[in-house]
Formats: sequence, C-alpha cells, structure tokens
Amino acid sequence: MRRFAYHEPATLDEAVALAAAPNAQILAGGTDLLVELKEQLRRADCVVNIKKVAGLGGLRYDAGGLHIGALATAREVEISPIVLDKYRSLMQSVRELGSIQVRHRATIVGNICRASPSADTIPPLIADGATIRIRGAAGERGVPLEDFFLGPGKTILAPGEVVIEILAPSPLPDTRKIYIKHGRRKAMELATVGVAVTHVPGGETRIVLGAVAPTPIRARRAEELLRANRLTDELIAKAAQAAVAESRPISNVRASAEYRREMVGVLTRRALEQVR
Amino acid sequence: MNIRLTINGEKRELAVEPYRSLLDTLRNEAGLTGTKKGCDVGDCGACTVLVDGKPVNSCLMLGVEADGADVLTIEGLQPSPDRLHPLQEAFIRHGGAQCGFCTPGIIMMAAALLAENPSPTEEEIRFGIAGNICRCTGYTKIVEAIQAAAKELA
Repeated sequence: MRRFAYHEPATLDEAVALAAAPNAQILAGGTDLLVELKEQLRRADCVVNIKKVAGLGGLRYDAGGLHIGALATAREVEISPIVLDKYRSLMQSVRELGSIQVRHRATIVGNICRASPSADTIPPLIADGATIRIRGAAGERGVPLEDFFLGPGKTILAPGEVVIEILAPSPLPDTRKIYIKHGRRKAMELATVGVAVTHVPGGETRIVLGAVAPTPIRARRAEELLRANRLTDELIAKAAQAAVAESRPISNVRASAEYRREMVGVLTRRALEQVR
Repeated sequence: MNIRLTINGEKRELAVEPYRSLLDTLRNEAGLTGTKKGCDVGDCGACTVLVDGKPVNSCLMLGVEADGADVLTIEGLQPSPDRLHPLQEAFIRHGGAQCGFCTPGIIMMAAALLAENPSPTEEEIRFGIAGNICRCTGYTKIVEAIQAAAKELA
C-alpha cells in the first residue's frame, strides 16, 4: 500500500470534517478498501477509520425495524436470530458474501457504499423497503435505499458524507422473502445474477434484480402484474418475462448478457414459486 | 504509530506504519512467519489469524487496527513447544497438508469453527473453510483431519 495519513476520529463531526478532504477514504470493515488501495484502483491521501466514532453502532432491532449501523459486520447479521426470523432474504444474501473471515470484518453499510451492481446485500434490502441515513456537514438526511445508487461504484454520497445506518422496516405479518444468487461456484463468488423477492400475500410484491444493470434495479412492471393477485403459475410466468424485459445486463467475464437475461427469467420464476 | 497488543498470550508493543497490514506487522515486526501471505487480497485465507477470538484475513486489516487486540497465530496454538494441538496432529495423521502453505490458515479457521461448533457436519466444515484455498489436497483429507480433531477435542 502507498503511504497515507491515518485518523481515528472520536466524534461524527470530526469524521465528517476529515472525510471531506480530497482523496480521504472512510475505513469501516476495510475488506474492499484495502484491496483497492493495494491494487491501486483507489487512492487514499488519508484514511479515516470510523470504528471509534461515538454514536456509530452495530445491529439493533426495535419497533422501527432493523437498524444496521455503520459498524455492523456481515457476520453479526449472519448469526442474528432476529435477522433469521424477519429478514430471511438478507440472511441468505449475507451467507453468500465472501468467506467467514471476510464477513467478520466487512460491514453491510460498506457493501452498500461500494455500490457494486452485483453486491449481494443490496437487493434484499431494497425489496424490504430499506432507507439509508446519511450525515454530512449540513446535517442529516434519509433516502430510500433504491435511490442511493447512481452507477457501478457511484452513489449520491457527497464528499464528507458518512452513512450512519440502514433501516429495514419490520415486515408485515405473513411476509415471505427470498434471495437467490446465481454464480459459477458455491462460495467466494460474485453474483452472475441475484434476485430478491419480498412478498406480502394479498398485498405488494417487490422484485429486485442484482448484477443485470448498472445498479440493482426493481422489476416494476413485473411487480405491477402481481399486485394484490394470487401467484398463479400463469402470472408468475408473465412476471418472469416482464423482469427479463426490464433487465439491462452487460457481458463480462462472468457471463454474457444473453445468459444473464435468460437467468433473470429462471430465477424470478423460481423465487416467486418459493414465496407463494 | 505505536500499538500495544497481545500476541499468543504475550504483551507486545510494536511500532507500525498505518499503511501496513496486520499480516506484514505479524511477519515483519513481530517476527512470526507461521502466518502465510498468499494472495494478500482476502481471497485465499492463508493469512487467517484469530483477533479477539474471531477468524479474520490478517491481510485485510491494518496493523494499527489491532491496537488493544488479542491476536492468536499458528505459533500460539500449540499448548507447549513440545506438544502439537490436536488439529495439527490430525492434519499430519490424515495427510491434510501437502505443500503446507495454506495449512496454518486452515488450521486457524478450523480452530475458530470448532470453538463455535464442537461437532460440525461435513457440510458445516466445508462451509466454514470456504475462504481457505488449497491447491494440493482436493480438501477431502482436510475435512477428514478436522473431523478427527473434533472427536479428539470433544
């Protein structure tokens, strides 16, 4: 790694001020940042370790829902009984993220801020209607997670803004959730296609696709077809085709665009069959 | 920066640059070369150590982040200099090590796994060591060694 200045701010105000400097990089888990610094994909003149910031926390559940604080690790989420009970698709996605060693360091908020189109934790959280809380010099703002991403590696975060937490609301009774990851191998893999579904019987169904557009996307026309309807075989087939039409995949080292489109159809159908 | 930490039960004070990984800190500053540098980007697991009891890739952590931590490396796993840990014994007996480069990392990951789950199924072992890449064995003998050690430790 190239030389950088290193800070451990104790307060959020200090962290925000330090993070506003040119080429300042925020360090939470570090499992993406250190790799990108070593491979010189990213430059850091200064690294701001936010682990000692008062008020930044881990995982917490209350009447408002699941608060995934900036310091909550993937492993904390993976072994949380409340996540297993109420956020099953998030649990499924976290188990597919890197290795146990990586998950002990990596944070969920970091996985989200990295804004990879194939990030596993993003589709389930968008399907769950999560919001993201951001703190900057001008104060705090909350944004729906689905509006957070601008493109691969790009988010609405301005220099000096720090994500405080993700909030995933409590599910309505009988809500069914699933995340299906399609890859070339079982572990240590990036998704070729990821599909998350959150389904409320008789109510709303949200379908979120990963790795098939510059950002994770909702398959809104597919969702519209299913609204308040029973998930019959016929309707599922139509929704799967709608999701295919809404995906905009590219070809890369993991798969061709054509294959990804095909898999969007297969996985959307499979996911819907499993939540009905 | 100076950091104070416990390595293998011994209190140490080390001077580290903030841009050095924990892995380089262990190998170069602490002189503990049992922990191996494979890929250096978190893919291979050869550098796995336990930090406050949790298995991590020491290449993906800064040395300065270990300030105040309790670090266990393969050198600290042996109960005494003349006795091996049951995992080490089992890897020898079952042919779980060939070239041996991945072995310290796999043994540390296995130690963490068994601390959490003393009698894991084969599937749980394979899930547990998914972040440890072995070029030689094909994993079968590694899984057998961990199963044997689990019985020994139970």
